[in-house]
Amino acid sequence: MEMIKAENIWKSFKNLAVLKGISLTVKRGEVVAIIGPSGSGKSTLLRCLNHLEVVSKGTIAIAGETLVKTGPDGKAQYVHDAEIRRICRKMGMVFQQFNLFPHLTVMQNIMEAPIVVKGMTREEILPEAENLLKKVGLLDKAGSYPCELSGGQKQRVAIARALAMKPEIMLFDEPTSALDPELTGEVLRAMRQLAEEHMTMLVVTHEMGFAREVASRVIFLDQGEIIEEGTPQAVFGNPAQPRTRSFLSSIG
Amino acid sequence: MQYVLEIMIPMLEGTAVTLQMFFITIVLSLPLGLLLALARLSRCRPVQSVVGVYIWLLRGTPLMLQLLFVYFALPFVPYIGVKLPDFPAAVLAFVLNYAAYFAEIFRAGIQSIDRGQYEGAKVLGMTYIQTMRRIVLPQVIKRVLPPVSNETITLVKDTSLIYVLAMNDLMRTARALVQRDFSTTPFIVAAVFYLVMTLVLTWGFQKLERRYAAYDE
Repeated sequence: MEMIKAENIWKSFKNLAVLKGISLTVKRGEVVAIIGPSGSGKSTLLRCLNHLEVVSKGTIAIAGETLVKTGPDGKAQYVHDAEIRRICRKMGMVFQQFNLFPHLTVMQNIMEAPIVVKGMTREEILPEAENLLKKVGLLDKAGSYPCELSGGQKQRVAIARALAMKPEIMLFDEPTSALDPELTGEVLRAMRQLAEEHMTMLVVTHEMGFAREVASRVIFLDQGEIIEEGTPQAVFGNPAQPRTRSFLSSIG
Repeated sequence: MQYVLEIMIPMLEGTAVTLQMFFITIVLSLPLGLLLALARLSRCRPVQSVVGVYIWLLRGTPLMLQLLFVYFALPFVPYIGVKLPDFPAAVLAFVLNYAAYFAEIFRAGIQSIDRGQYEGAKVLGMTYIQTMRRIVLPQVIKRVLPPVSNETITLVKDTSLIYVLAMNDLMRTARALVQRDFSTTPFIVAAVFYLVMTLVLTWGFQKLERRYAAYDE
């Protein structure tokens, strides 16, 4: 089952082409890591998949449902707003800057969307929310506000918050880039656990160790194009393209 | 002291008028200000401009002039012309004027919320209205409390402008008593009354700010 199918995605900001005809498929249960130099379009690609950015043209289908396709005029043609929301709800997202809601406690952060969007009652979502917090090891912080947490803890709450909506796919946009080095481990552990539970994951990351060990496939992006893609062994061990080689050697 | 007790009844009656003006204006102008702020931030250009011009007019002319206009000139405006009694006329002018100031406060507050909050809400499936109501506006309230508190305290004192419509608020009552009795005591009593009203408001806003201090951003 193709959970994400993107074909020939183009995206420009003003006159600057950021994505130049990207095609990408993610199957159920796959963990795909997207690596590449900064400015290569990795985050933009991720943000196009769940409509945080609109594409200029191209086709995106999520779990078989078309989100956008290229219309007869050659421009992107999105389905209508309610459909977009429904389709994008299949994806959870974790941001570099966490984007927790500062005015809500950890528990409220997790329960807010299920209550507001799905119309669940507090009683219905509470056990699930507690389970998720237990899973990321933060049940004791349920009543804390985000400002009282460390970066790693914030990111783990953000993961739990996304999971509370029961997504079929999880998108991670540089989830550890804003963290102090000693805090990345706890976040990567939570992600690894998720991968072991066969969650479909698309991860934009600078953590080559994580990509190497957890990803089933690695995609190297440079200047808005997919340069190389394959198993971590192939991409890291024996890169075919000179640009991949020079990127990998530049980051040591 | 005997004299202070004597003038207490008219002074309290004047205070009642002042408080009515104050409460009705606050209750109506805060929501209107919020609507105007949202309109000012809407993606529809004409709506933005209309609200921009409205705010410019209402902040750019004296409140006194607006009061006089609503009471004396509005009846002669074609189509929308209506003759309002003094109290509704004053309320209308105050609400329109304060809503313009509140609109700018709310606009700044809404714009100060990080884009990540909208994105965080969006990827969880929230609509624009849900995002505003549950995520953005609760945070805006915390940020706008100090300027809203300022405006609110100013309003208590601005209500004294309604003397131009010959309404007997606290200020006009005091002045009448001063002129009748050749004593400045009513001014002092009025000052104490205003101070008590603003003190209560200051406490109220302090309480609110403390409640919102539970979280940092």
